[in-house]
Amino acid sequence: MGASQSGRAEHEFQDLSDRTRFSLEQVNNLNKRFRQLSNNKETLSREDLASLPDLDNNPIRLQIINAFFDKRNLSQDGVGIVQEISFEEFLMVLSHFQPAAMDITEDNREKLRREKLRFLFNMHDTDGNGIITLEEYRQAVEELLSKAGTIDPDTVKAIADAAMLEVASTTRGKMEPDEFYEGITFEHFLQILKTLNIESTMHVRFRNLDTGNMRCGK
Amino acid sequence: MPVGALSHSPRGSRGFLERGLLLLVVLVFLEGIALPLGAASSPDTSARNGAAGHGQPDDHGGKLNETHEKKAFPVLKLEYAPIRMPFEISLWVLLASLMKLGFHLIPRLSGIVPESCLLIVVGLLVGGLIKLAGEEVPPVLDSKLFFLCLLPPIILDAGYFLPIRPFIENIGTILMFAVIGTLWNAFFVGGLLYAVCQIEGTHLSQVELLPCLLFGSIISAVDPVAVLAVFEEIHINELLHILVFGESLLNDAVTVVLYHLFEEYAAAGEVTVMDTFLGVIAFLIVSLGGVAVGAIYGILAAFTSRFTSHTRVIEPLFPFVYSYMAYLSAEMFHLSGIMALIACGAVMRPYVEANISHKSHTTIKYFLKMLSSVSETLIFIFLGVATVAGPHAWNWTFVSVTVILCLVSRVIGVVGLTFIINKFRIVKLTTKDQFIVAYGGLRGAIAFSLGYLLDKDHFPLRTMFLTAIITEVFFTVFVQGMTIKPLVDLLAVKKKQEAKRSINEEIHTQFLDHLLTGIEDICGHYGHHHWKDKLNRFNKTYIKKCLISGERYNEPQLIAFYHKMEFKQAIELVESGGGVKMPASVPLQVSMQNIQPKKQPPPDADRALPQFTKSREEEIRKILRSNLQKTRQRLRSYNRHTLVADPYEDGWGDYLLKKQRMVDIEKRMTQMTNYLTVPAAPSDSPTLRRTRLTSDPSAFFTKAPPGTVPTIQVELASPQSPDSVNLVDESSKKGVSAQGPGPKSGADPTKEQGRMVNPPSAGKGETGEEKEGEGKNPALLRCLSDPGPSNEDEEDEPFLS
Repeated sequence: MGASQSGRAEHEFQDLSDRTRFSLEQVNNLNKRFRQLSNNKETLSREDLASLPDLDNNPIRLQIINAFFDKRNLSQDGVGIVQEISFEEFLMVLSHFQPAAMDITEDNREKLRREKLRFLFNMHDTDGNGIITLEEYRQAVEELLSKAGTIDPDTVKAIADAAMLEVASTTRGKMEPDEFYEGITFEHFLQILKTLNIESTMHVRFRNLDTGNMRCGK
Repeated sequence: MPVGALSHSPRGSRGFLERGLLLLVVLVFLEGIALPLGAASSPDTSARNGAAGHGQPDDHGGKLNETHEKKAFPVLKLEYAPIRMPFEISLWVLLASLMKLGFHLIPRLSGIVPESCLLIVVGLLVGGLIKLAGEEVPPVLDSKLFFLCLLPPIILDAGYFLPIRPFIENIGTILMFAVIGTLWNAFFVGGLLYAVCQIEGTHLSQVELLPCLLFGSIISAVDPVAVLAVFEEIHINELLHILVFGESLLNDAVTVVLYHLFEEYAAAGEVTVMDTFLGVIAFLIVSLGGVAVGAIYGILAAFTSRFTSHTRVIEPLFPFVYSYMAYLSAEMFHLSGIMALIACGAVMRPYVEANISHKSHTTIKYFLKMLSSVSETLIFIFLGVATVAGPHAWNWTFVSVTVILCLVSRVIGVVGLTFIINKFRIVKLTTKDQFIVAYGGLRGAIAFSLGYLLDKDHFPLRTMFLTAIITEVFFTVFVQGMTIKPLVDLLAVKKKQEAKRSINEEIHTQFLDHLLTGIEDICGHYGHHHWKDKLNRFNKTYIKKCLISGERYNEPQLIAFYHKMEFKQAIELVESGGGVKMPASVPLQVSMQNIQPKKQPPPDADRALPQFTKSREEEIRKILRSNLQKTRQRLRSYNRHTLVADPYEDGWGDYLLKKQRMVDIEKRMTQMTNYLTVPAAPSDSPTLRRTRLTSDPSAFFTKAPPGTVPTIQVELASPQSPDSVNLVDESSKKGVSAQGPGPKSGADPTKEQGRMVNPPSAGKGETGEEKEGEGKNPALLRCLSDPGPSNEDEEDEPFLS
């Protein structure tokens, strides 16, 4: 509230902005939002996110919330789950959703794609062993269909099975009857989702201008 | 059919061309001969009545009236006049179709020259021949004919199959190009043309500003027909395709308003600010009104299709009629008919497709494609004929300046607009993209028809305008149309991805949608995804309930997609499995057991699985193999109707019961895959293998004597049942509630025989399963409840899709 405070915050934000590729205005706006969500505390906890009314209709809300507290998304080699995150970590998770720059090189595009797909992969791979097993995939499909009324669990299983089979067929080709396909590794994941052009589709428009009122639309 | 006969000719392609031309000449001369004869026997040419000697009014019966001249009873008469109109129309359509056939018999040609060019050349030839024959070339590209009959099918085809997702995602860009781009083009071309005309030495100083602007507005609109025709062959990526194509569709509103504006005031001679203001309002009304009219008719069509489950035969009619009425209603109010058609098609499609049977869906698709293809062909041929018909007033300056200006203004417009648009787009448009968008702005028959509509009195230079329009159209279609394909290859523009959508992609697309919506909510601003999500939910809770019949409205998109995919695979399997000789034993690539985690011991398996001895296995294997081989032929001759029995209401629960049992038996069967090598069809995806097993009706039809082999009496599931595939879940061990094959199948041996689903009484106890099964089978119910037009259905390709 004093000049020194805001000065320090400025410096911090600049630092954050450099590290996460957000612009200064975006960092500012997100900070305001962070404060709103966390009721002006320094850290954000699960309950803060879970109490958002907008998320109620989202079938995969739990997975989204978990993604924020998943250490794998917060740093390169993190493992496990945290209970609360700071603003910096909030920004790091959100930075996965930045769009690709216009003049991005091919290598960087590939890196960006891997980063984003890694985020998705981590959302599915709930036990953190680096492989999406059949059970985990089934869980994901079930969550996806959870808001759609009464779904027959057999159908869910069938869909997940078919998807798994497809991955196995495209990546492993022919398999002997006694060979076993443990699950989707990250490389396989990359392969099957190549056509989605993740680097162009997985992004959210972050506000550059100062929106005083949270509810203001585009 | 002459062309068909030609295909047996040992000569090469030259023979085709010669004979094609010969046929052409014959047709034209036939017409040429027929015309004077028609005139002769026409009743309203009274001067010839007496001369011809028939002297009768229209009635054909040969009644003798007051004339005392008694002639012999005419055994053969030629009277062309009554059938003249339909005859000529049919001749033209026949000509167009034969030409189209002919082009595809000459493979090299269609690779180099786009079809539209060839068709225009044919039109030119036909027009030339007609002129040579001394007849007057009929005014074929009459605006009424064009706008009322030839254009709607093409636009409806485009609108019905419009890829909604990319369209909506790029709607801002498309609107910018369509509205601002067209306005820019119109004023730039019109204005500069006027300036050029004012220059001394061109002898064009009598051209006024307003006619120039009108001309500019006619010539500046990108034409959807030409774009479709050319872009269809070059297969560029979806983004560019939807940009150019969307622009060509949406600029109709601008064109309509500008055209009417300038036409009205060209007489008055000046346009005030008030008029321009009214013009802007008119534009909003024209475009939004057109869309509204289309949407209303679309909803009506969707609503109607909800009730057509009992009269499947006329089902395909409704989309066509409603769309055409939308078009006509919009035209009635001078709203944009094209936008109405697009809106109608796009709005009604998801609901209609959820309601109609698969046969109707196929019918609609093929009929639309056929109509639009014929229309397109006719349009290009008529363009050629109309060019020959003239009248022309060639003016070097005017025409060349027009062509150059159009190109220049298009390039400037696209580059300028992209610069602005890229500030708002996430996926920016590169220079290559801009080039393709600019180069793909083809003009076509709409411009010509609009020019044709001009009133001669108000626009004394109408002929010069027409000549210039035709030249511009020819230039774009020939030069740009022919060179765009090599340019696309040269610039290595990204092409369309041919791969079919896999289930993984579908799952993750949906996942991504929800994820991005969630992130937006967390970040607190309501962006794209939020509103899209809201719209989807609104759609699901309210709209779908009204417009989709039965239980289907509840079906989430993923499940619908999965059903469709399995269905398609089942169809492919049936079609391919028909005549193919099976190899003795082909190991599968990947099957469920490869995926199933080994660590889960199947506890129930021992209980449920009957203990087979080696000899029994052998017998089972032999029987299955022999039956599978036998049924290869039988599959082909399978008739949809013997399966589609009447009592779908009563026998339904029964049917489901059988299916459930089939599922159980399948589960057990696949546990035996280690031991049995059931020969697999060549298409080898594991899901396909499952579908094959389930879809083979007699595969499991074992007449094995009870006692030696445990009676595996499996159901004759129809190949069309997607749900029988869904329910097959080899890995689930739950609820295999010890239904041994013995007691159940022993109880009703009559059920499994034959293919008719007879409703015996034993279904009463299984109401629980019935209900559960019914929820699973809306797709099946829909599909099977369409008996088709008659009971003798064509057998060859029952499931063309």
